[in-house]
Amino acid sequence: MADLALQNSGLSSSASVDRSRVLTRFKVGDATFKYITLGSAVTVLVILGGVIVALIEGSMPAFQAFGISFLWGQSWNPVTEKFGALAPVYGTIVTSLIAMLIAIPIGIGTAIFLTEICPPWLRRPIGTAIELLAGIPSIIYGIWGLFVFAPFLQSTVQPFLISLFGPIPVLSSVFAGPPYGIGTLTAGLILAIMVLPFVASISRDVFETVPAVLKEAAYGLGCTRWEVVRNVIIPYTRVGIIGGVMLGLGRALGETMAVTFVIGNAHRISASILQPGTTISATIANEFTEAVGDVYTSSLVALGLILFVITFFVLAAARLMLMRIEKRTGG
Amino acid sequence: MAVAGLAVAAFATPAAALDISGAGASFPYPVYAKWAEAFKKETGNGINYQSIGSGGGIKQIKAKTVTFGATDAPLGGEELEKDGLVQFPMVMGGIVPVVNIDGVKPGELVLDGDTLAKIFMGEISNWNDPAIKKLNANINLPSQGIAVVRRSDGSGTTFNFTDYLSKVSADWKSKVGSATAVEWPVGIGAKGNEGVANNVSQTKGSIGYVEYAYAKQNKLSHTKLVNKDGKVVEPVTKTFQAAAANADWNSVPGFAVVLTNEPGADSWPITAATFILMHKVPANAEHAAEALRFFDWAYTKGGALAEELDYIPMPANVVSTVKAKWASDIKDASGKSLYSASK
Repeated sequence: MADLALQNSGLSSSASVDRSRVLTRFKVGDATFKYITLGSAVTVLVILGGVIVALIEGSMPAFQAFGISFLWGQSWNPVTEKFGALAPVYGTIVTSLIAMLIAIPIGIGTAIFLTEICPPWLRRPIGTAIELLAGIPSIIYGIWGLFVFAPFLQSTVQPFLISLFGPIPVLSSVFAGPPYGIGTLTAGLILAIMVLPFVASISRDVFETVPAVLKEAAYGLGCTRWEVVRNVIIPYTRVGIIGGVMLGLGRALGETMAVTFVIGNAHRISASILQPGTTISATIANEFTEAVGDVYTSSLVALGLILFVITFFVLAAARLMLMRIEKRTGG
Repeated sequence: MAVAGLAVAAFATPAAALDISGAGASFPYPVYAKWAEAFKKETGNGINYQSIGSGGGIKQIKAKTVTFGATDAPLGGEELEKDGLVQFPMVMGGIVPVVNIDGVKPGELVLDGDTLAKIFMGEISNWNDPAIKKLNANINLPSQGIAVVRRSDGSGTTFNFTDYLSKVSADWKSKVGSATAVEWPVGIGAKGNEGVANNVSQTKGSIGYVEYAYAKQNKLSHTKLVNKDGKVVEPVTKTFQAAAANADWNSVPGFAVVLTNEPGADSWPITAATFILMHKVPANAEHAAEALRFFDWAYTKGGALAEELDYIPMPANVVSTVKAKWASDIKDASGKSLYSASK
C-alpha cells in the first residue's frame, strides 16, 4: 500500500488506470493467499479424517468378532484368535502415569532453576543438554535401557525397593519381585527421561515470558524466591505449563520402540510394577509383521484406534481444563 | 567407437538388469543376504530380499508384488492350491533352549520335552524340582526360581518352538497351542533372538530359546534334549541334519514338514526349515527362472556360506526332490518348464 500511495502522489488519468490495476492485483493476491492457507488447513482435516476412517474400517472385523467386550477382554491369544485390549490399555496408562509423575516435578524444577536461580554461564550448557535429550531417537533410548539401565535397576534399585516395601501391606504387592530388570517400572522410568525435555524446555520458555516488572514488584513487597515462583510465575504461566505437560503425555502414550525394549511384553495385568507388561504401541510393533489372519490383524488395528481415542480424549480434556482456568481468571 | 559402445551396451543390458525381489521371514535373512552378494558377484544379477516377517512374505507373494516369498511356518496344501503356489524348504536352523544357572556349563543340563513344556507353563518353577533333578543326577542344581524368557514379537522361532511343545505335551497343546505368537502363561517377552539371548545372559536362573547361532555367538549355556527315540542329543549340525533326513518330506504337499520331534536316534528335536513360496505360473517368467537359478546355486554352492553363519544346508535327498518339483511344477504361460529352461 505504501508504494501505491507514492505512485499516486502525482495525479493524472494514466495514474488512475494504474491504480485500479494495482488494486485488482492486490485483491487477487489476497484471495490466492486466503485459498492457499485455507487449503493447508483443510488438508490437515482431510488427513486426520482419512486416518480415522482407515482405523475404524480396519478394526471392524475385530469388533464384529468380539463386540464391545474387546475393550475389557483380558486374553490375547493368537492361537485361538481371542483378543481383548485391556492389558495393553492398562500398561499404556500405567507407564505414562509413572513417566508424568517423575517428569513433571523434575521438568518444572529444572525450568525454574534455569530461569530464576541458575548463574548465566551455566544456563546455556544445561539448556543445550535438555534439547539434546529431546533429540535422541527413541530406539537409542531403547538400546540404552535394555543394555545399561535395566541391568542397573535389576542389581541395585529393584532389590532395594522389594526389601524396602516388603513389610508394608499394599506397597508390597506393588513392588513384588523377582527383579527382572525390565518391566512396567523400567518402561515408566525410560519414558520419564524421554518426556522430561518437553516439560522442561516448554516450561522454561513460558517462564521467560513473565514480565520482569511483575517479579520485581513481588520482590519489592518482600516476597522470597519461593513465593515469587509460587504466586507470580506459576499462576502467570499455568496455561503454557499444561501445554508442555500434555505434549509430554502425548509422547508417553504413543512411544513405541524404547518401551518395546524394556517393558517385558507380557499381555498381563499385574499388581506389581516390577513385573512385565505391555502397551498398545509395543503390542502393535511386536506382532504386526507376523500377524496372519483377518481377526488378528484387525485386532491390532483396533488397538491403534483405541490409542487414537485415548490421545484424543487426553487432548480434549486438556483443552477443557485450559478453558476453565481462563474463565476463572477472566483472562 | 560410440556406435560400438552402444551396441555392446544394448547386448549387455538385458542380462545385467535383472533384479529379483523377494520378501518374508527374518530368520533366514542373514544367509539370504550373504548368498545374494556372492550370487551377484558370480552372475551380475541381484537378489533383493526384504526381511519383513513371514506374514508379510505370504501376503506379498499372494499379491504378486515379489518374485518369491519366504516363510518359517509352511502353508498347508489347500492354501497352496488355492493361490497356485509352490513351496519348498531352503535352509535349516536349530532352536536350542538356553539357561543361565550358576555352575552349569554349556551342554551340561539335560531336559526332555515334557519338562520343558512344564517350565514354560510355570508348573515347574524352581531349578531343584524333582523332574529336573531326575534328568540331571550328576549336577548340583540350586534352589532358585526359574525366570522364563521368550520372544515378544511374532516369529518363526516361536512357531517351531511351540509346535515342538505341542507335540510332546498334551497339556501345552490344549492350553497354549502353537503359532508365531501365543498367549504365554508366564515369562518376560524380549524382542528378537538377540533380545532373548541378552535377557538370559543378564538374568540368573533364567531359561529361554534362541536360534542356535545366537546361543553360540553369545556363549550361552545351551541344554541337551531327550529326543523322540529317548536318546540324549547335543545341538550340532549333525543332529540338525539327522532330523531333516529322517523327516518324511514326500508325504505332505509343499514339503510342509515342521521338523520338530522327528524320529531317529541322532535327531535334534527342535529343528526348523524355512520355506520359499513361488507361483506355479509366475507373472514374470524371466524373473522366476532367474530366482530358480539362484536357489539352485544356493543349494549347490551356498552350503559353506550357510554353515559359516550357523545355518544348516538341506540334505541331498531333499534337494533332489525339490529340483524335480521345480521342473514339473513351475511353468511359464505357454506351459514350458522354467527350471529346465534356465539350465
